Amino acid sequence: MSITYLEAIQAAQDKALEDNESVYIYGQDVGSFGGAFKATKNLAKKYPGRVIDAPISEDAMVGSAIGASAEGMRPVLEMQFADFSTVAINQIGNQAATQFWRTGVPCPITVRLPSGGTEGGGPFHSQSMEAIYAQYPGLIILTPGTVEDAYSMLLEAIEIDDPVIFCEHKYLYYHLKADRLPHKNLPVGKARIARAGKHATVVTYSAMLHEALLAADGLKEEGWDIEIVDLRSIKPIDTDTILASVARTGRLLCVSEAFPWGGVNAEVISRVTSEGFHLLDAPPQRLNAKDTPIPFHPDLWKTHRPTSQAIASSLRNLLRY
Amino acid sequence: MAEAEIKVAKKESSDPASQYRAAFRYMLLARTFEERTASLYRAGKIVGGVFMGKGQEAFSVGLALALDKEREDIYGPLIRDQAGRLAFGEQLIDAARTYLGSVKGPMRARDGNVHRGNIHDGMIPMISHLGSHISVVSGRLIGKRFNNKSNFVGGVCIGDGGTSTGAFHEALNQAAVEKLPLVVAVADNQFAYSTSTERQFACKDLVDRAIGYGFEGYSIDGTNLDVCLETFDKAVNRAREGHGPQLVIGHLLRLCGHGEHDDASYISDERKKQAFGGDCLQIAQQHLLDSGISNKIEISQWTSDIVKQVEDATSAAQREPGPDPFQETWQALSTSHLSEGNATT
Repeated sequence: MSITYLEAIQAAQDKALEDNESVYIYGQDVGSFGGAFKATKNLAKKYPGRVIDAPISEDAMVGSAIGASAEGMRPVLEMQFADFSTVAINQIGNQAATQFWRTGVPCPITVRLPSGGTEGGGPFHSQSMEAIYAQYPGLIILTPGTVEDAYSMLLEAIEIDDPVIFCEHKYLYYHLKADRLPHKNLPVGKARIARAGKHATVVTYSAMLHEALLAADGLKEEGWDIEIVDLRSIKPIDTDTILASVARTGRLLCVSEAFPWGGVNAEVISRVTSEGFHLLDAPPQRLNAKDTPIPFHPDLWKTHRPTSQAIASSLRNLLRY
Repeated sequence: MAEAEIKVAKKESSDPASQYRAAFRYMLLARTFEERTASLYRAGKIVGGVFMGKGQEAFSVGLALALDKEREDIYGPLIRDQAGRLAFGEQLIDAARTYLGSVKGPMRARDGNVHRGNIHDGMIPMISHLGSHISVVSGRLIGKRFNNKSNFVGGVCIGDGGTSTGAFHEALNQAAVEKLPLVVAVADNQFAYSTSTERQFACKDLVDRAIGYGFEGYSIDGTNLDVCLETFDKAVNRAREGHGPQLVIGHLLRLCGHGEHDDASYISDERKKQAFGGDCLQIAQQHLLDSGISNKIEISQWTSDIVKQVEDATSAAQREPGPDPFQETWQALSTSHLSEGNATT
């Protein structure tokens, strides 16, 4: 048996609906159609009245989920594309994220963001929004990069009493497969050493994890052992695991598919230089997408985002320092 | 306390005269309290701004009195709904605490003035982004429906300016699609801050939008308490009986600035003499006297009771402690082990 990243997300929602009557799914086309990517395939039929088509109203989708959560529900929202969640950014950042701090009443909603670039996606169907949401206090931001994490972290997200932004990568939907779904996994908030090494650390997450792994395979042939930290969770960020890795390697490259200004890479480098400056043998480096909108044409897109070749090149420069 | 007496009056009798008397006293309590907060604001005692509901108390109290907390109704007030908040059941001391920065208030001094609410008690703590609380009220109704409850209604308040937001449009459309028992009260007070309705919308009357959304609509004189009580009673009952969402437009005039920092010099005296430009509190008081529902002696007694109640609440709140930054948890998540804390490095 093999299961894809997308099927894992469907299976996690199936299990959540099965296990907890308070869970419902709300989003555009998620009902009998099964969602634009089929992440809710067959769920409307299996759970009548609990997998509901929404009008094209991201603001009202999130607002109503916030209200329903105060009645004991655990809404799971599907944004058709992460890019469209900007329409709901007010409800997410100002309403959901502030509620617990303002009132003491938790807001357990999960917002699924089909994120990141694919060939032909273009400027408005490709974005990575994790850094924007991480800026708001009161949100948890998850970025699973494996089939196992997509499954276990989504289940955990739905159980968390706070608003969770679940950034699932569209490129991984069909490309990534596992033999089975996990029974046990690392909890939310813990990073994972995806590959052990000793010469340099790459801190990354989501689809870039796999580009980094490819780059590390290539550099192995040149005699370099690259350690790769998969963040899994952007907020909270597991600074201890990052610092422990940098302590082993002395060199740090951060890789993210998001736009370059600020963001996860900048946050990681800031923490490492502040708390682990003495561990560094070279200036920490970062690699992001380019500071332009995301291009439509595959030839442009492949250059816009970091690739295994670009990561390998950055690592060679870092290792030469 | 007079506040409790008003509530008893509401519960004991549903005859129109008793309801009118109760409504008037909530209006008077709200006006007296807000005038007191305005003077405290000018004295520099208020943290943040003061936003009054002067001129729209009748419309505000009309919706809130039609709601019933015992049936788990939900109330989403906005900045000019002090009268409605009190009628829905807010304790005056909690309003005073929030304005005066007491840590004992419902928002614990983390949020202020008009942003107070009580989620478990069915009163939504509004954020500043207009229209965004409507879908939150709808979500409460959706949640109740999931939990197999029935007979509940949501009432939510907005102004003419708030109807121009995307959030308003999305929420009304969503409520109609979901056939929710939602009553949306739009206080068309002719100004959004300084912008008059000619620059806000181009339809003849905002009630024209009801048919477009699939709401039942009402366009009323928001300065006439009798009309407000009757209309909201009908709209809330229609929603409760399953006739779907209701849109009530109240025509009135804001008789104060946007906030107490604003002298409202852009509102001409001429406006106040035109239709819907009157003071609903004075109109209601005249009606009480003309109809014999009350008399000068009784109104005078109500007034002195209310003044004392307001003095008690504001003086008590002023003696309460403010927040202590060193006792603050500085934690925005309820899940402690996932909270990053206040990293400064």
